[in-house]
Order: sequence, then C-alpha cells, then structure tokens
Amino acid sequence: MSGTTMSGQTNEPVRDRIQSEITANPVMLYMKGTAMFPQCGFSARVVQILTHLGVPFQTANVLEDMALREGIKQFSNWPTIPQLYVGGEFVGGCDIVTEMFQSGELETLMQEKGVSRPAA
Amino acid sequence: MQLTPESRAERLRTVLERAFTPTRLDITDDSARHAGHAGAAPGGQTHYSVVLVSPRFRGCSRVERSRLVHQALEAEFAGGLHALALTLRAPEEPT
Repeated sequence: MSGTTMSGQTNEPVRDRIQSEITANPVMLYMKGTAMFPQCGFSARVVQILTHLGVPFQTANVLEDMALREGIKQFSNWPTIPQLYVGGEFVGGCDIVTEMFQSGELETLMQEKGVSRPAA
Repeated sequence: MQLTPESRAERLRTVLERAFTPTRLDITDDSARHAGHAGAAPGGQTHYSVVLVSPRFRGCSRVERSRLVHQALEAEFAGGLHALALTLRAPEEPT
C-alpha cells in the first residue's frame, strides 16, 4: 500500500500532530497495531525490544489513520513502518532498532535522552 | 516511474549494483513468509531482505545508509515494494 512518493509535503494537521507527539513522548513508536496487539512482525519486534528495555513508551497505530500512515513516511523521509522516535529524534525502523539493541547503543541512547525505566 | 517487467529482485539487483558498486549483495525474497497479511500482494514480490556491502557507506550513519538505499529504490516503493530489511555495511565492517 505505498503509492506515494517520499518527496511530497506532509499535510499540516498531521505534521503538527506528529511533532507534538514526538515532543511530548520521550519514546514514541509509530507502528501497525497496538503494543498489546501488533499487526506486523516488524512492529512486534520493536515493541518487544522496548518492553525488554523496560522504558515507558507511547505508540500510534497507523492502520487506524491513513493520513498518519502516509504523513509519518513523509515527516521522517522514511518509507516503511515501524518508526521509532527517542527524545524527539528519529532513530530508525525495525532493522536499525534491532542492531542498536544488540550492540547496546539503544540503551545508551535512552540514557543520554534521560529515558529510564520507572522505579520498581 | 518506470518499472521493467523483470522480477523485482532482478530490478533491485540492477539498481543497487549501479548505485552502490557493492562488494557483496544478497537479495532474499521473503514475500512468501508474509503471504496473507497486510501489504502482501497475490503475486508476492512485496517483502525483501538485502545485505549490501559498499564503500559508499563509509562515514555514514545507519539512518543515512538506509536513506541512500530508500532513495535509490524510490520507484520500487512507489510501485508496491512493502518491506525491505536492510543490513548495510562498509567493506571493513563485519556483517
């Protein structure tokens, strides 16, 4: 379901929505489905990694909102879902998140951005 | 955008070889593993894994490397390529 180019302009309400979500939520994941019920293996893997790290995160389900689904691709200049933002910055999709998790860089990034697991 | 009638894997290989002069290029069609779910098309050719080793990735971050590949394959994404798992390395880095 692509059909759009990556060069188009994100429409303004969607862009504002994304900007405020990534600002308000230190760890923000755009995914297919929900953290509880991911509807794509790649999205599921990122949820699993974030859950494993124990950091609080917020998700948005792009399958519920076509404008968001196309808008996030343009906003990030990235053609696929899932997409992870940490501290308002784009980290990457499933491959990059997985590589950074395996190398320990993702945990370091979370610490640098002041994202920590809640006290037990 | 112009897509030639050969298989998408062949097109991916042609485009990536031209753009990256890779020292290694492995392309795997994973479409069958995703058959029946959203984004999978009846004819397949929607989900791929690519291992690409190229000197062009030297000095580039992970996101930059992926963006270079996405840009090279923009026509394929616009034409139904749905998922692309990327392992991108410079020649001196371990895969």
